[in-house]
Amino acid sequence: MQDTPNTPAQPKRPVRRVTGGVATWCRDQLARYVFLAVAFSATVSLLLIALFILKEGVPFIIKIGLKDFLFASEWDPSVGKFGIYPMIIASLWVTLGAMLIGAPLGVAGAIFLTQFVPRSVMRIIKPMIELLAGIPSVLYGFMGVMVLAPFIRNHFGGPGLSLLAGAIILGIMVLPTVISISVDAINAVPRTYLEGALALGATRWQSVHMVILKAARSGIIASVILAMGRAVGETMAVIMVVGNAVKIPHSALDSVRTLTANIALEMGYATGLHRQALFATGVVLFVVVMILNSLAMAAMKRKAGS
Amino acid sequence: MRQTLLALVCGVAIVVNGGCGKQRTAVTAAGSTAFQPFAEKLAEQFMAKQPDIAVTIQGGGSALGIQAALSGAAQIGMADLVQLPPEAQALTAVVVARDGIAVVVNNANPVKNLAIEQIRGIFNGKIRNWKELGGADHAITVVSREAGSGTRSSFEKIVKDVALTKDAIIQDSNGTIRETVIMDANAIGYLSHGLLNEKLKAVTVQGTSCTTEEVVAGRYPLVRPVYLLTKGEPTGACKAFIDYVCSAEGQKTIKDSGLIPAK
Repeated sequence: MQDTPNTPAQPKRPVRRVTGGVATWCRDQLARYVFLAVAFSATVSLLLIALFILKEGVPFIIKIGLKDFLFASEWDPSVGKFGIYPMIIASLWVTLGAMLIGAPLGVAGAIFLTQFVPRSVMRIIKPMIELLAGIPSVLYGFMGVMVLAPFIRNHFGGPGLSLLAGAIILGIMVLPTVISISVDAINAVPRTYLEGALALGATRWQSVHMVILKAARSGIIASVILAMGRAVGETMAVIMVVGNAVKIPHSALDSVRTLTANIALEMGYATGLHRQALFATGVVLFVVVMILNSLAMAAMKRKAGS
Repeated sequence: MRQTLLALVCGVAIVVNGGCGKQRTAVTAAGSTAFQPFAEKLAEQFMAKQPDIAVTIQGGGSALGIQAALSGAAQIGMADLVQLPPEAQALTAVVVARDGIAVVVNNANPVKNLAIEQIRGIFNGKIRNWKELGGADHAITVVSREAGSGTRSSFEKIVKDVALTKDAIIQDSNGTIRETVIMDANAIGYLSHGLLNEKLKAVTVQGTSCTTEEVVAGRYPLVRPVYLLTKGEPTGACKAFIDYVCSAEGQKTIKDSGLIPAK
């Protein structure tokens, strides 16, 4: 990941001692290729997944027409209507909402844990936060259905199973990602930065938000990107709390269906064109995630460069 | 994909069963999630009587049941549809039970009876407030199933001309429909009669309540048959199981568990 343009040249491979003989050399070569294969396996599986989804989904998009697929708002496979516009909007809103909740809370939590709490306390709290990541998403969904949805219904109105419920649940689910990566990023800032700021007369809070956050910026942005990836892709918890109505939401209290929920709900019985439509939904999801990641990465690169 | 998985599971089941000493004949039935719990009970009783036959029951939905029977991934497909789709014409169908579809509302809801036209209006999104039906002044939350559900297609076929409102909340099983209606005072949904409980209430439809007696008498309108489907005439272990389900004992189990016997 880290490119090193300043290093003059790659150091030459150390000269191999002849003492080992041919057998050792063979073993070395074997190990080298085995590890090479392992290193490539991730790339290869990514390629295979992309190829498979594209192969199943792209012919459908060509047949229906990109415009009628992406920007039509009628989804009724039984009569041949395959518009996923409401789901794209829903996915974007749910993700945005989750980020509005998860990112500030997560970053604030990371600042608190690293700057305003003794190390010993942090050593207890941080693993507990990371445990949050290990809770199965169906349990988050269950909590959403049993606690959050009734709360929203009783206090704000609407059916309760709504965009807002999805955003809140996802906002909580991404907290461990945001917090633990942000904590690592902040901890990587050299201690002298803080000491320098304090020595110049900055208050604790000034030195945190003017110096430490600036220095740790790229890591914090990375944590938000990863969290966004999780939020877009999360399926089970979302299916349980958003109500899955296919329509463009007019308020946060409306029920919506995300792209992932659409695939998971209908894959079980879809055949023929309908099944292809779900793969095409997968293609769109794939592209949306790619666009989000590239945008975020570009932003990160620009900021890190300035 | 699902079929491959199904085939794999069947394969494992056969290997496991073959592994334990005596050779057992394996029968797999897959499909309707509404009938699944009853089928499991029947399979258990059947295997107690016929220890050399192993019956495996799987869910997946009516649509999957038909596909699995057609492709051979399962010997028996289970489907609970008012009208079998054209591709099921190639299969031999036996009606083993009937199932009432209850229209359910929250216990706090004062509405007790709905006419078919009112149900159609609600699910079409034309009737949007309980006030119009003699209830409190609250917006109606319509809860429905996903499009592949046998319960949904049967419901829409009987009520007729249902173009489900876009505001409808979609849940993917009878159980989650039940939970949603229990939690939401303004919700209306529909589910298999066998899955009713005291935490929600079934409204009477056209003045008829959804009970076994009314269904058997043919008065309750929302009823669908449960089919067991086989490719060609059932033979061997398959036939034995279907015969058992249709026997007096099997039908009694069906009745005792809350479904309505075929005869």
